Amino acid sequence: MSCTIRIASPLRSYTAGATTLSLGGETLAEVLSALEQRCPGIRFRMIDEHDRIRPHMRLFVNNDEARELAATVRDGDTVHVICALSGG
Amino acid sequence: MSSMLWIGTRKGLFALRADGARRSWKLAGPQFLGHIIHHVVQDPRELRTLLMAAKTGHLGPTVFRSGDRGRSWREAAQPPAFRKALEGEEARAVQRVFWLTPGHRNETGTWYAGSSPAGLFRSSDGGERWEPVAGFNDNPMRPKWAAFPTPDGEFLHSILVDPRDARHLYIAISIGGVFESTDAGASWTPLNEGIAADFLPEPNVPFGHDPHCVVQHPAKPDRLYQQNHCGIYRLDRPERRWQRIGTAMPKKIGDIGFPIVVHPGDPDAAWVLPMDGQTVWPRTSIGGKPAVYATRDGGASWRRLDRGLPRSQAWFTVLRQAMCADAHERAGLYFGTTAGEVWASTNGGGNWRCLARHLPEIYSVSHAA
Repeated sequence: MSCTIRIASPLRSYTAGATTLSLGGETLAEVLSALEQRCPGIRFRMIDEHDRIRPHMRLFVNNDEARELAATVRDGDTVHVICALSGG
Repeated sequence: MSSMLWIGTRKGLFALRADGARRSWKLAGPQFLGHIIHHVVQDPRELRTLLMAAKTGHLGPTVFRSGDRGRSWREAAQPPAFRKALEGEEARAVQRVFWLTPGHRNETGTWYAGSSPAGLFRSSDGGERWEPVAGFNDNPMRPKWAAFPTPDGEFLHSILVDPRDARHLYIAISIGGVFESTDAGASWTPLNEGIAADFLPEPNVPFGHDPHCVVQHPAKPDRLYQQNHCGIYRLDRPERRWQRIGTAMPKKIGDIGFPIVVHPGDPDAAWVLPMDGQTVWPRTSIGGKPAVYATRDGGASWRRLDRGLPRSQAWFTVLRQAMCADAHERAGLYFGTTAGEVWASTNGGGNWRCLARHLPEIYSVSHAA
């Protein structure tokens, strides 16, 4: 199983500037685990110590927002990491 | 002796480097533009090492480490984080790493970090991997000690390590109070006798106070000073009752503020920067006339030091980590404002001049040798 993950600009220091990566995994948790293996440190900036998505982060599988890391990811899906900032 | 100031701001990291006489200063940076920098601290055991507490608007909190005086930085492999919550427990997550303190001089590589919500963390490998200090974070009294989180969360700060005993620690929580451990953080007791808490329904309580900044004199570690939400205090251990030394401040100025700084060589000398704590708490310099106040007698008397500072219409706010002294014989004193100015005195506050303007909101100013 392989999906594409699109990385928002605030996280690209962890991906050597790459905007997309191809990763394995059948759930969002597994995809993020694979992402962490490839880009150490990136997961904790997105996900807190209780596996909750951080307040200014949004994760989408294709067009559907995923609120839990248990969300299913299928072969060929695209996971979008979106950063939502407020204030100046 | 060279001098350098690390300036942590809401939008990045800056540095001011001085010549040996501290006359000429050069601004460098930004590094980490757009990152929120809460604290930057040099390791007194290895001067090339710096630790920095950071996050961004989007991303979770972390710690960066430099081994080359801030030229390059590397992120901690395991930043401070609470342990996984058990069934039915509150699942607290670190929102920001707020405070960094090097460990005892005999414990090379040991560092402490304080967070919001209030958490205490320790690293034994120079800041690479952080572990929760269970004696505080899992203490059954912790929810009671830090029972009044403000909208930004309560902050754990002013982590003090007794230079005579690595196991003897103090911490402060806003809001929560001051706590002491004599067993390397395994157990803690409140240390708030004598401190006012006039914002509470019952002001005479053992904890629930709002220490803004607590400092320990390096040469006389039994001497503690505290700038609290409710005044300026001194404590000489083994006494347990703080004395309100802010009562000697001029009545029209009061004794409210955020930072307090001790003279590196004189335990009786300290500086504060009073803020307006009246009515709705503007937390700006009183009357728009900024001034530092100094004591040379342990708080029995205070002297206004404002030569060179603006005479009017200057509404400075100076946060708790944004004022420091250097280690020169004639102490240099520095502070940064939330309006992005850095001010310096090289004669103990006698004369002031502005070193930098137009920086982002300043959260911390720390001196590095």
